[in-house]
Amino acid sequence: MSTTDIAQSGDTSHDGGHGDEGHEHPSDAKYIQIAAILGVLTALEVSTYFVNIGPVLIPTLMVMMGVKFFLVAAWFMHLRFDSSLFTKFFVGGLVLATGVYMIALTAFEFWTKG
Amino acid sequence: MADVMTTEAPAAAHQSEGAGTGISNNKLLMWVFLGSECLLFGGLISTYLIYRSRFHTGPAPGDIFDIPFTSVSSFVLLMSSLTMVLALSALNRGDIRNNRLWLLTTALLGSLFIGGQVYEFTTFVREGLGYTTSPFSSAFFTLTGFHGIHVSVGIVMLMSLFISSLRGSLRQEHSETVEIVGLYWHFVDIVWIFIFTVIYLVPSPTS
Repeated sequence: MSTTDIAQSGDTSHDGGHGDEGHEHPSDAKYIQIAAILGVLTALEVSTYFVNIGPVLIPTLMVMMGVKFFLVAAWFMHLRFDSSLFTKFFVGGLVLATGVYMIALTAFEFWTKG
Repeated sequence: MADVMTTEAPAAAHQSEGAGTGISNNKLLMWVFLGSECLLFGGLISTYLIYRSRFHTGPAPGDIFDIPFTSVSSFVLLMSSLTMVLALSALNRGDIRNNRLWLLTTALLGSLFIGGQVYEFTTFVREGLGYTTSPFSSAFFTLTGFHGIHVSVGIVMLMSLFISSLRGSLRQEHSETVEIVGLYWHFVDIVWIFIFTVIYLVPSPTS
């Protein structure tokens, strides 16, 4: 589907489409909105350094980190709008790295001895 | 019809050099490179996690990290991702003036982050944490230093784009080049999101 076709059908990537060809990017206002969410999440992360939240600290930090990671990759890096092939390459590298180094950390008894 | 015409130019730039897949080879190459970078930083982060408790000959991570200072640095780098994406957005609209402004702002924010890292490193060295002080210090400086080198390379690329723009050789049809540099810049930001949480915010051992 060419950009002309997209424009005529009204099926733009603003709606989350995954065109493999040319694509439209979000508006500046949307980017600023995403940046504001990222800023708030960072502030919440930092607040855990000053406020003791007990055993939920590490899971909370991991969830917030994951959300920030997703927002930057999906919106700023346009994975949400671009070809799914890009996502496959990136996620492929990420999954491979996570798998390999989880095994390495296990071999070094990181989970039991820290 | 006019609207359709205006959407054709950036679209043509995005479709450059497609090899049957309908996607840009240059962009695909950058994504493959970023996928491989995950393995590099994964190795460095894992090494840090394994060695972070081995600090017997020097300061412990929990004693030396300055979380408020690093938080400000992290926020600066995070906001540089916004200015980067605004630079691309401006170029896609054919707004060369704002493209230059946001490219320069991104480079300045990146430089501010690097300045903060240099300050942090020199403070650590003054407090007795050198590169060879302990396995922890070697792993820490290698990981954050590698990230700093990546940010510095990104700043060089941004300044190259800025100078190209000043010379008039960065136009709307080159938006894919800016997008590819942007992908690299956002990746460096994503890596720092991970480093900031795992290395700084997750409680570290103290002496």
